[in-house]
Amino acid sequence: MTRIAIDPITRIEGHLRIEVEIENGVVKDAWSSGTMFRGMELILKGRDPRDAWVFAQRACGVCTTVHALASVRAVESALDITVPKNARLIRNLIAGIQYVQDHVIHFYHLHALDWVDVVSALSADPRATAELAASISDWPTSSEAHYTAVQQKLKTFVDSGQLGPFANGYWGHPAYKLPPEANLMAVGHYLEALDWQRDVIRVHALLGGKNPHPQSYVVGGMAIGLDPNSPTALNARHLSEIAGLFATAKDFVDRVYIPDVLAVAGFYKDWAGIGQGIGNYLAYGDFPEDETGDPRGFYLPRGRILGRDLSTIHPVEHTGVSETVVHSWYEYPDGEASKHPWDGVTSPKYDGPTPPFESLEGHDKYSWLKAPRFEDEPMEVGPLARMLVAYGSGHADVKAAVDTVLASLGVGAEALFSTLGRIAARAIETQLLAARLPVWLAELEANLKSGDLAIADVTKWDPSSWPPDAQGWGMEEAPRGALGHWVVIKDQTIENYQLVVPSTWNGSPRDGQGRRGAWEEALIGTPVADPTMPVEVLRTVHSFDPCMACAVHVFDPAGGSSVEIRVL
Amino acid sequence: MARVAVPNDPLYQVLVKRGVSRRAFLKFSAAMAGALALPASYAPTIARAVAAAPRVPVIWLEGQDCAGNTEGFLRASHPSVAELVLDTLSVDYHETIMTASGAAAEAARAQTMRDYKDGYIVVVEGSIPLASDGIYCTIGGRTFKSIVEDVCRDALAVISVGSCAFDGGLPAAAGGPTGATGVARVVPDATLINLPGCPMNVQNLTATIVHYLTFGSFPATDTLGRPLFAYGQLIHDQCERRAHFEAGRFVMAWGDEGARKGYCLYKMGCKGPETYANCPTARFNDGASWPVKTGHGCVGCTMPNFWDQMSPFYRRLPTAPGFASDVNADAIGLGLVGAVAGLTAAHAVGSYVRKRRQGQEDGNGPGAAAESGPPTASPAVTSAPADDAAASAKGIQA
Repeated sequence: MTRIAIDPITRIEGHLRIEVEIENGVVKDAWSSGTMFRGMELILKGRDPRDAWVFAQRACGVCTTVHALASVRAVESALDITVPKNARLIRNLIAGIQYVQDHVIHFYHLHALDWVDVVSALSADPRATAELAASISDWPTSSEAHYTAVQQKLKTFVDSGQLGPFANGYWGHPAYKLPPEANLMAVGHYLEALDWQRDVIRVHALLGGKNPHPQSYVVGGMAIGLDPNSPTALNARHLSEIAGLFATAKDFVDRVYIPDVLAVAGFYKDWAGIGQGIGNYLAYGDFPEDETGDPRGFYLPRGRILGRDLSTIHPVEHTGVSETVVHSWYEYPDGEASKHPWDGVTSPKYDGPTPPFESLEGHDKYSWLKAPRFEDEPMEVGPLARMLVAYGSGHADVKAAVDTVLASLGVGAEALFSTLGRIAARAIETQLLAARLPVWLAELEANLKSGDLAIADVTKWDPSSWPPDAQGWGMEEAPRGALGHWVVIKDQTIENYQLVVPSTWNGSPRDGQGRRGAWEEALIGTPVADPTMPVEVLRTVHSFDPCMACAVHVFDPAGGSSVEIRVL
Repeated sequence: MARVAVPNDPLYQVLVKRGVSRRAFLKFSAAMAGALALPASYAPTIARAVAAAPRVPVIWLEGQDCAGNTEGFLRASHPSVAELVLDTLSVDYHETIMTASGAAAEAARAQTMRDYKDGYIVVVEGSIPLASDGIYCTIGGRTFKSIVEDVCRDALAVISVGSCAFDGGLPAAAGGPTGATGVARVVPDATLINLPGCPMNVQNLTATIVHYLTFGSFPATDTLGRPLFAYGQLIHDQCERRAHFEAGRFVMAWGDEGARKGYCLYKMGCKGPETYANCPTARFNDGASWPVKTGHGCVGCTMPNFWDQMSPFYRRLPTAPGFASDVNADAIGLGLVGAVAGLTAAHAVGSYVRKRRQGQEDGNGPGAAAESGPPTASPAVTSAPADDAAASAKGIQA
């Protein structure tokens, strides 16, 4: 038995440590540990609830904007505010383009290097690369001249001896299966996607002043002025520019991202049988398409799947959420086993090893992540959970897209419960949202044309209009999964504030019953050809798109006593 | 128009080999000269410096951060992030983008420190927790504090990006339990420049790096270690809505007629009259916009301890008599801290923390260790009124 620690896990947001035990070339046990804590929930106490979103947004700068939205929704829920139609649509536009941009960045810049061997691209034939690229898409850069230039750039870079961010990759590892031409094509698209992501997210600047951390939310709606004919408000020119950026976004998704995912997946079909995980999936649903607030009016539906049974979609109420800290570096002063977020407590109590340390083995508590559970069950959240819940709910767009991808890869629905399934679900979702954004934009334009310029409900802006006690929750689907903020307001200030974020669900440590979180469970059974180069572990962990500033940590206390520890 | 390098320039040949187009090259040099307020004749000098081989190694450290500054870096244009990462710099360590994980990642960092001793630039993002011996942030089993000390020791220069690395930022706000602080306090002897903001504007980062590469020194800074070219002027003095302020035309409620007409956001709590930054002129996302342009007030994110000093964010700055001139705008700033001594509970939190932080950090402010250029009008956050505020508010907090 070999126990290895991978710390830092890179190409994620934040600080994650993974420890795994390997036996006969396969992961037998895993521990996920979030190694950074800031105290956001403590900092929010005593502040003006209208300010909370500015603070909460800083939970994460990669999934920027999502915590701002969850926060204003929580406070609006507490104060019983319904935002105007224009605000609802603008929030959908900001959140939707965030999905599209963030998912593409994840595939090319955070995840691809687990599957794409950059060094191998040096030996590719540019002409064959162009032919390969042209065979899967009519994207205009599929030319021999283009790939000759990309390869030359790469060669100059490598010849300089300064490999920068590509230094010390596991290049040449036998788990890399792509032919050199596919690797070169991917490197080319990696570079193109760098420019594309910068351009399309200008939508956030046009609607929120900047990205990351757009700044136009207010409790009750949005701050941006609306007037198609005003030079100083969101006007016809801005709407036209946004429409153009949406077209640019959709074009790249349809003609580069989707074909690339299918092409790469074709070489890695064995990963449809690896990384299954816990098999319970939770989606809060999001993208409201009416003013009722009823989840049945969401574009992506709410629901829960247990034991991979897609035939039954279970209901979701926020009261089903609780958190335990049995294996986390916190304490509940009253010794309670678990707490609903309204009663949640964030009381740090580190009792891990003293740095510098080599291993978390033997430490019962091993993460700065709490362990969220839904009706006491561990859950996986994220694009796969959303697509499965939608698929099981009979969502027409999702069903068609999923079935198309499954047919294209020649695999059945069971292949979705896997590392590869997560990658495919993320791509499918990106394509659906890229197609949906213009619909919401058209709706916004039509509404403005009808003369409705309302952007905020300010009837409860003045805190003196609030009840002395109020509590609310804001549920959202962030790109990485189900996100909830809970707020308790007393005498116009925040009495309690708790965030239960996607990576806390997925990166959860064990609970009181010893049940692993989603990453830990998904790593079980993952093959590791060479424990000194554990690229396979990275593949499964990265398939969840971890985001640790919001939440991180996984580890198992039951390891044997005679294991070898190697810090990788 | 001054001379800029032309395609037969040997330098340009170097760039071509690296895959930089002529158009990108000219744009880059001109943009950098512009950002640094240098004459266009400096463009060739700048270009020569950034094209030097070997490329300058960069070690980008992330502590108690949200990666917002990293994302800002990825939004770079002229030069683009691809040009920065592949052509101009050698980003040898950056957790969010680097291929290697675990020990392989740490080895890459160690090798750069070894091979380029006294020759690499360190960028620090995120605060550094000092409480409980630093256990609130560990990487590879080591505390972030020990990593920052280690990596900065043999660095050519250190750049703090974002408000958290500047002075502790959000984790250091009232109620934060981790003893978070900024770079200046942890490595007081480093050659440090601060680029606060939440996040910083990447245009200011690239200009700062280019200045260093071109002239071998950081640009002139204020007393807080912030470059004057970017933090030398009040937002209020550069704001496109300033004329409405002068004319007394204000947004009075979200979505009102004034909001549609782009009136001044002062009465909605805008902290522009109090905040030094070039947001109105540099803007974000390739010049697309900035928060005030899209209708929300500035939150003062480039200023010390802004999470406490500038909040509540919707409370308007204290009224100055007949606010209609630069003098009065500055007076508003000077008056802020005293007025914040208001007796609401929310204010009390901030005041309490000011007291606490002053006790902890006396003489160790974020700019204390920075290479200071000519002193400038220091921001109006002073300690004297804060003490009074804290004294009157402490009881409420307790």
